[in-house]
Parts: sequence; structure tokens; C-alpha cells
Amino acid sequence: MRPSRGLHAGLAGLGLLVLLCVFGPVVLPAPPAADPARAALLPPGAAVTEVILTDGRGLVSPDVTVGNEAIVVRGPFRDTELSPAEVVSVRKGRFLLGSDRMGRDVASQLMAGGRFSLAIAGLAAIIALLVGSSVGIAAATGGPVTDSALMRLVDVLMAFPLLFLLILVATLFRPGPVALALILGMTSWMGLARLVRGQVLALRGRTFILAAQAAGASKTFVARRHLLPNLAGPLSQDTALRLGDLVLAEAALSYLGIGVSPGMPTWGGMVAQGHRVMVEGWWLATFPGLAIAALVISLALIGDGIQERLTRGARS
Amino acid sequence: MTRLVVRRLLLLIPMVWLVATLAFVVVAAAPGSYADTIDHPGLSAEQRAELEARYGLDQPVHRQYLRWLGSLAGGDLGISFVTKEPVIRLLARTVPPTILLGGAALLLDFVLGILLAVAAARRPHGWFDRVSSFLGLGLAGLPSFWVAGLAILVFALILGWFPASHMRSVAASGLSGPAGLADLLHHLVLPACCLGLVGAAGTARYLRSTLMDVRGERYILAARTRGLSERRILWIHTLRPALLPVITLLGLSLPFLVSGSVVIETVFSWPGVGLTLLSAAHARDIPVVMAVTILGAVAVLLGSLLADVLSAAIDPRTREDSP
Repeated sequence: MRPSRGLHAGLAGLGLLVLLCVFGPVVLPAPPAADPARAALLPPGAAVTEVILTDGRGLVSPDVTVGNEAIVVRGPFRDTELSPAEVVSVRKGRFLLGSDRMGRDVASQLMAGGRFSLAIAGLAAIIALLVGSSVGIAAATGGPVTDSALMRLVDVLMAFPLLFLLILVATLFRPGPVALALILGMTSWMGLARLVRGQVLALRGRTFILAAQAAGASKTFVARRHLLPNLAGPLSQDTALRLGDLVLAEAALSYLGIGVSPGMPTWGGMVAQGHRVMVEGWWLATFPGLAIAALVISLALIGDGIQERLTRGARS
Repeated sequence: MTRLVVRRLLLLIPMVWLVATLAFVVVAAAPGSYADTIDHPGLSAEQRAELEARYGLDQPVHRQYLRWLGSLAGGDLGISFVTKEPVIRLLARTVPPTILLGGAALLLDFVLGILLAVAAARRPHGWFDRVSSFLGLGLAGLPSFWVAGLAILVFALILGWFPASHMRSVAASGLSGPAGLADLLHHLVLPACCLGLVGAAGTARYLRSTLMDVRGERYILAARTRGLSERRILWIHTLRPALLPVITLLGLSLPFLVSGSVVIETVFSWPGVGLTLLSAAHARDIPVVMAVTILGAVAVLLGSLLADVLSAAIDPRTREDSP
């Protein structure tokens, strides 16, 4: 695959996933209501009829007969016969990706989980970017004492087995979504700090920086005009790959049951739920797993594409 | 070389101490204690206080820290709150399964990764290269727990070729010798493949790109003009320098022997360190949590040391700058 094609494919994949997760619920028809008694574990594409009652309950079943005198909702154990007076509306719907054990629509849960995963990983990546580049710049410009102190700190944190730290903090503190993003961000900035420090140190000796300094340019001018544009490439490449790692880490924590509260639909949590009924409902674990993969692969393609562009730019 | 190793080994001590202290701070700052996890309705305030006193949880934090550090310096890792057995014995029971699983996975990871990358680099952009980089990209993006679930569904539940979980079958618990070993290996196949294949995809992807970089070097052209066979050029002249970053990767992935397999150990109920950490963290079993964390840190540090030593052994250039 040619580099620019990979980059475009990755950007398209990421864009599509973001659009689906954010705007999917608005554009797509409303999913059928949850009905654990009759609509649990229906396979993908199952057509169902949704009957909304006057008391607000929703009955969902693949097998509903609408007659003039009575509406019969068939279930696995018993049928429910309703008079038209009890019924507000009857609507045909479809579980595009099947339903879970609670009779909920997997597709809409997948979108909710996607919004959640994207938000957490995105926030964590921003935190890592801010902390990592601040530490890196401080180490590169703050003199030898600051430099070695900060780099030793990075060494110690990198010696900490990352997943262990995440498991410890997540189990002991039971974080909410924002706290989880904070933890993920605060545990993944170290590589970035090293990268930024190395880049800044390498750039500082380059002739165009020396020329700018010799011409009397201020520190902020040099930083804005020369350092930041040259850092942007490596930083965006690193961030794309880091986002993929963060998505996987969040999914692993949710899978282990120590991510955010169990009530929230997350992709990792959905896979864990699906694994409990993997024979009866293969689709439950399959789709969230593929969604994670699609997101991570898109991000990897973007990271590789940027890398290729950078090396090509350096050669020409 | 020896000086490098000795110096790095000495540096290990303060590093491990810092990591352990950090872990202690995390555990001490967390709300609740082991006594909370014994959710017994009949637990009176006095009994609770007695329990906390017995485990030293009633002491101020700095006192607990010093006491723990003192016994650690004496080589005593303490006694598990939950199972009441010495932590060292617990580790002796759980470390070998983790090393077995991680080692098998790492072996698969690198052997398969190198073979795939070399096969792909023989003909860049040929059909094998295209197919394998496409598959590798897909595999590297899949979460390992999901792959593991799929493997269990297909190979254990549907086909029935391999056991779905645990390290030994109940019937084989008394077996030793070849029969016991066969049973163990039979259980090892699925978890090791899940861990190793996902890793191999990443290794192959990485090695392929370094192989491509090396191919463009002038000494490859020089080797070709000397009339060396393509096979020799690929396996000796290209692979050796390209392996260098992969060796670094090998050292850096040693921690995954310990930490990366937490998820796989959970999926397959493999009785290793990862599973132990997870249950110890849930139960606030501080001595076990601390011991496992220290073990993980030692693995990370030894891994990066190993990477440096190996790359010095392979690449003479890194030997000269080493202090």
C-alpha cells in the first residue's frame, strides 16, 4: 500500500467511525426498545415489531400478529394478548447488529460505547501531549540539573509496568470517566517527553535556529516560528499511535471490569459481556471487537502515513 | 561490557526502591483497606480494629512504610492477608506459569515475526508482502482479549481441539512425566498463540520497515556487485543490522511477560502473576500487590538491560560508545 493511500484510508476510517458514533443516533431510525423477555439475543438483522403500551412499557418480539380485536405478542415462554385500547403504537424495527441478553440493540450501544471510548482516549491523549511536551521542553531548555532530574523521573515512571499501574489505580480508586482519562494520560506521557526533548535538542544546534538567534530573534519567536512547526510532524505521528494504544488500554481495563462503572456501555465491556454467551450470541463480542480494531488500525495507518511523509520530506 | 552490566545492576536498586515507593503511595492513598473487603455483617468495631492491628493497618502511613521497607531490605516480602501464606511462596507458585506463557508467546512472536518480515522483504510490494502487511496491520489492531475469546469459541468450544482454560486438566493433576507435560503443553497452545500471534504481527511490521531501510544502503549494493547471492544478502547483510531495533524491542517486551499477559491470563484462567495481581488489588492484599509490582519493575529494568547487552553483542558500533 502506498503511503499516502494508507494515510487517506486511515483518515477516512477514523472520520467514518467518529461520524457514526456522534451522528449515528441522530440519523438512523430509533432502535427498538429493550425487552429482556422476548427480544434477548436476537441475531444481527433480526426484524422485530415493537409495541408501545399506554403505561409506557415497550414489548418487542420477532413475532407479533396485529388483528382488529387483539394484538398478540409472542414470546419464548408465553404469548401476550393485548387489546387495541392498551396499545399506543406498533412499529416495525430491526436489530441491525443483533440484541444483547437484556434485549437491547447492539448497534446503538456500540455507538454510545464509541463516543465514550473516543472521548476518553482523546482526552487522555491531550493530557499526555500537554504534560509530555512541557516536560520535554523544560528538560531540553532548563539547564543540566532540571534536565537530569526530569529524565530520571521519566526513567522511574517508565520502569513501572504500565498495565500494573493502571490496574492498581483503577481497582483501588474506582475512577469515573474523566478521572480514568486523567489516569491514562498521566501514565502515558513519558515516551513523548523523551521524543520532544530529543527533537528540541537536535533542532537547537541547527543552523537556521542559530541564524535566527544571531539575527536577534526573541525566544518566543524562535519557539513559534522554528521549533513548533518542526515538532508538529513527530508529535502528530506519535499522538496517532498513542491514541491507538490508549483505546486498547481503556478497552482492556473495561474488559477486566475495572474501567468506568459497569453500567456504561464501553467496547471492552461489551466484549466481556459477549464472552459470557459466546456460543448463543457470537455477535455480542464480535462487533465491538471489530470496532476497536477498525479504530486502532485507522490510527496506525495515520501514524505510518505521517511517518512516511516526514521521512520523504527529510530526504528531498 | 562487564562494567556496563555491573553499573546497570547497581542502578537497579534505587530504581526498584523508587518504583516500590510510588506503588506504596498509590496503595496508601487509596480509600478503604483490607478490613473493608471482609464484608461480614457480624464484624464488630472491635474485631475490625483487631484485624487492622494484626496487619499493621492501624499505624500511621510513614510507620507502615518504614516497617515494610525494613522487611523488604531483609528479603522478607511479608505474608498475604488473604491466603495467609508467605508472599514468596505465592510468587514461587505463580511466576513459573507466567514465564512459561510469556516465554512461549515471545518465542512465537519473534520467530514468526522474523520469518514473515524476511519473506515479505524478499519481494517488496509483491503479493506476499501485500497480503502479509494487510493481515499484520489487521492483527496488530485487534485487542488480545477479543482474539482470545474467538480462539476459545472456535478451537475449544466448536472444534474441541484444545482446552478452553486453566493450565492443567483436573484428571491430569496427579500426572507427572511425559503425560503431565503433554497435558500442560496442550493447555499452553491457545493462550500462547493468542499472545504470540498479535505480537508477531507487530514485530513483522516493524522489522519489515527496518529491512526496507537497510536495503537502500550502499553496502547492500556493494554486496550485490560483488556477486553475493540474494539469499545471503538478505539473511546476513540486511537482516543483521535490521535486527538491531528488533532486539531492543525484545528487551522492552520482556515486561509483557509479566504485565501484558494479565488480560490473557484472565481470559484463560491461567494461574499466573497477572491474575494474582488482579485479585490481590481487589482484595487490598497489600503485601502481594507490592511484591508483584516490584517483580514487574525488576522485569522492566532487566529487560532494558538485556536489550542493551544484546545490541552491544550484535552491533559493534554501540559497544564503543558504551561507558
